[in-house]
Amino acid sequence: MSELLQQIINGISLGSIYALIALGYTMIYGILRFINFAHGDVFMVGAFIGYYLAPHVIPLFGGNLILAAPIVLIVSMAGCSLLGVTIEKLAYRPLRARPKLTVLITAIGVSLFLEFGGQLVFGPDPKLFPQLIPSGTVVNTSNLVINSNSIVVIVTAFALMMLLRFIVYNTKIGTAMRAVSYNHYAASLMGINIDTVITFTFILGSSLAAAAAILYATVYPSINPLMGIFPGLKAFVAAVLGGIGNLAGAALGGLIIGVTETFVVGYISPTFRDAIAFSILILILLFKPSGLLGRHESEKV
Amino acid sequence: MKLDKSIVFLISAFVISGLATTIENRLNPYYFQILIYIGIYIILASSLNIINGYAGQFSLGHAGFMAIGAYTSAVITSALHVSRGSVFSFPAFAIALLFGGIVASLFGLIVGIPSLRLKGDYLAITTLGFGEIIRVIVQNLDFLGAARGFTGIPKLTNSFWVFSTVALVIFVIYNLVNSTYGKAFLAVRDDEVAAEAVGISSTRVKVVAFVTGAFFAGIAGGLYAHFVTYINPMQFSFIKSFEIVVMVIIGGMGSLLGVILSATLLTILPEALRGVAQYRMVIYSLLLVIIMITRPQGLFVKRRSIKKNAAPQTELS
Amino acid sequence: MKTSFGILTILAIVIAGCGGGGRQDEILIGEFGSLTGTTATFGQSTHNGVMLAVEETNGAGGVLGKNIKLLTEDDQSKPEEAATAVIKLITRDNVKAIIGEVASSRSLAAAPICQDNKVPMVSPGSTNPAVTQKGDYIFRVCYIDPFQGEVLAKFALNSLGLKRVAILKDVKNDYSVGLAQFFEETFRNLGGNIIATQAYSEGDSDFKAQLTALKAANPEAVFIPGYYTEAALIVKQARELNMTMPLLGGDGWDSSKLLEIGGEALNGTYFSTHYAADDTNAIVRNFATRFAAKYNGVPDAMAALGYDAALILFDAIKRAASTDGAAIRDALAATRNFIGVTGRISIDENRNALKSAVIMAIQDDKVQYKETIQP
Repeated sequence: MSELLQQIINGISLGSIYALIALGYTMIYGILRFINFAHGDVFMVGAFIGYYLAPHVIPLFGGNLILAAPIVLIVSMAGCSLLGVTIEKLAYRPLRARPKLTVLITAIGVSLFLEFGGQLVFGPDPKLFPQLIPSGTVVNTSNLVINSNSIVVIVTAFALMMLLRFIVYNTKIGTAMRAVSYNHYAASLMGINIDTVITFTFILGSSLAAAAAILYATVYPSINPLMGIFPGLKAFVAAVLGGIGNLAGAALGGLIIGVTETFVVGYISPTFRDAIAFSILILILLFKPSGLLGRHESEKV
Repeated sequence: MKLDKSIVFLISAFVISGLATTIENRLNPYYFQILIYIGIYIILASSLNIINGYAGQFSLGHAGFMAIGAYTSAVITSALHVSRGSVFSFPAFAIALLFGGIVASLFGLIVGIPSLRLKGDYLAITTLGFGEIIRVIVQNLDFLGAARGFTGIPKLTNSFWVFSTVALVIFVIYNLVNSTYGKAFLAVRDDEVAAEAVGISSTRVKVVAFVTGAFFAGIAGGLYAHFVTYINPMQFSFIKSFEIVVMVIIGGMGSLLGVILSATLLTILPEALRGVAQYRMVIYSLLLVIIMITRPQGLFVKRRSIKKNAAPQTELS
Repeated sequence: MKTSFGILTILAIVIAGCGGGGRQDEILIGEFGSLTGTTATFGQSTHNGVMLAVEETNGAGGVLGKNIKLLTEDDQSKPEEAATAVIKLITRDNVKAIIGEVASSRSLAAAPICQDNKVPMVSPGSTNPAVTQKGDYIFRVCYIDPFQGEVLAKFALNSLGLKRVAILKDVKNDYSVGLAQFFEETFRNLGGNIIATQAYSEGDSDFKAQLTALKAANPEAVFIPGYYTEAALIVKQARELNMTMPLLGGDGWDSSKLLEIGGEALNGTYFSTHYAADDTNAIVRNFATRFAAKYNGVPDAMAALGYDAALILFDAIKRAASTDGAAIRDALAATRNFIGVTGRISIDENRNALKSAVIMAIQDDKVQYKETIQP
């Protein structure tokens, strides 16, 4: 029983991180109708920004992590937002009128560029992410051990998701985002500047990816330029699972994938870890392609 | 070229590559290796071209078919205890390769079926997923060497096998494209709904595309395995799939000659640039993005009319 | 027009790529190792050891009157790249012998190629027995895993008094799987009990699921026969799950990065390796001084093994009085009582080295020598 509970906590912790990344995918898909393959790599860059920044910021606060950590987080988020917006402007915007396949391939190209460029710039060897969040055991019974890291991850992810929810449902720009995701043309007819909305979406998505990266690197402190590939793909699956374009769905999908993955690794076999997300994907696409919470889109002739 | 002329091409290719085998020992082994790789990648890229370029199904899991072909053929040659140089090796290798292709095409069928309902991005990710699932399954099968790999594969691949297969692939693609059947492929690629409306079974086209493409990818996998003599699942990851996709895109999807040229170019390039090896993938990916923005039809293809401001579509065009 | 452009480009690149060869007054020796990737310190340390040996040998007049020229290829910690690297060294660069690799998976991928081409291969640190079984041109200068597994099993049972041990192995590499198997066999034969086994893959970063499952079985210790990057993370996560029992490892743990990644979580762990950097033996101290003079650091086991492997190879070439592959092979097979940094090395009839192992303990955030186990 305690092992079960422990695995559930591990799974929710992992799933929260996937959820944050999935939100970015689902927002961009909702607005632009394409999979931003490079999103996982923006996540990776976020981790590296944190890696290079932390040793400079922490001494500024005299080693006080409670103050330093949020600063590192915010700067990472800002850095990734910049990266995301730049990618959108340079690589995706020129292709807006082109067939989707072209943009997809371009996204793959950007993704590969970030990965291998990262290997060149940061070096391909795994690096140790500095401890940003003071780690300690919170619950320590013979049955259950909860490390503060898991708590911090879950709480932070939840807080950010609530923040996102607020932005999307309670602000003007959020309403504009939702309008554009329903129908580009009607939205622009209403006077919404599509470019601004798209840029803002990328800012939001990339920030969440950066936050996810800092949390991920806190729990799994070995970072390397290829670290975004699998979390990115799994987060995409999570977005599809929950219903692509649906925010709550992305969060739900992330949690489901995180917990399922942890369970399969713990109880069946760890070597199937990477295949789980894809198996879930294929099942969902075969049986309920619109996702758990999504709405069905039909192809207009 | 009509059918009979292309048969002449095929037979002469068989003969020439057979003759080439007798002199291949004189060639510098390093250059010979590159030549073999060129042949294998031409087969891989062309087989993917059938799926992506001609039938318009964006598949990102091609390395999975290659893996199946590689492992199947390796298991057969090792079960038959084939060794290089024995008289028995010729028919045994033929059987192994053929089986590799057939099993791969069976998986092509399995992957092709969900593809019937999916489009564009979803199809891409699903095929990527299939490729990865295949890799993970192999990684868990101990009798295939699991993650540690399959060693001791007899080095049976030579110029005859590789270039005969290249010729065969070219033969098949050429005749496919120039037949009415091939026109059905292109119709489905360009506008599936319209194609269905005129009575073309898009289901059949897609399935045939996947099965054929997978078949040749499987054979390429077998050729690869019996050249490098050691295979492990990580060699068939989605990164390998991407490399093949890049070849097809840069060559021009649907262009037979273009893909052959780009496969050749992209096989030689890493070796020629060995001094700047770590920049290679960075340059590739940048190249990919630039080409997509400026010349999406590929480097070696004449500009086809792309309807730039066509009515927006909800799905992949 | 576009197609002729394409053909011209290809021709140009082919012509540009032509080249290669070596000078007459040099002996070309190839080296392949993991200079980058998940086990980068193995390749880098080994390379440093080998380079030191090359420089010292050339400084003393070279071998057979010629300078040794070392050509190094990086296999990125991947077996398929190891195969490619070795093919390049043999067919493009025409090396006379090859030094490499530390990781058994990579050695296993490369060995058949060296054997087929009759190029002697000397592995500095691959411990899986299958490596030298690939053929009579394949040698190693370290002990093999049946011995290492036995060493660790005896240490666990006798020195630490453990009876119930769990294993967490890396199924992605031969070394880990092999060492786990040998440890288990000996441990069981000596009366111990392996109560649970879990697996992970090289490259993973999350081990909580497996550790939670192992913890539930209540082991007295966990044996983690993997490489340092994952081992350090595993130890760290184990401590986070409040698993305070001793944790054991093999020579795959031997890296400066281990402590860097694992930190204080590593206190209370033990691992076996080939030599102790803080050994007071004169030969070791001498070597450490020269190494520090060139590289400004302490040589780890891989550096020492790389150094020994290179010197044994050069010594064999001298004894063979030729750079012919078969002659070098015979001379290597006849190596007896070579005094190396990692001990007195004799190559046995299986082309393995008979040597003692050392157990290191990590206490107070430092790696310290614990004991030596003779074969």
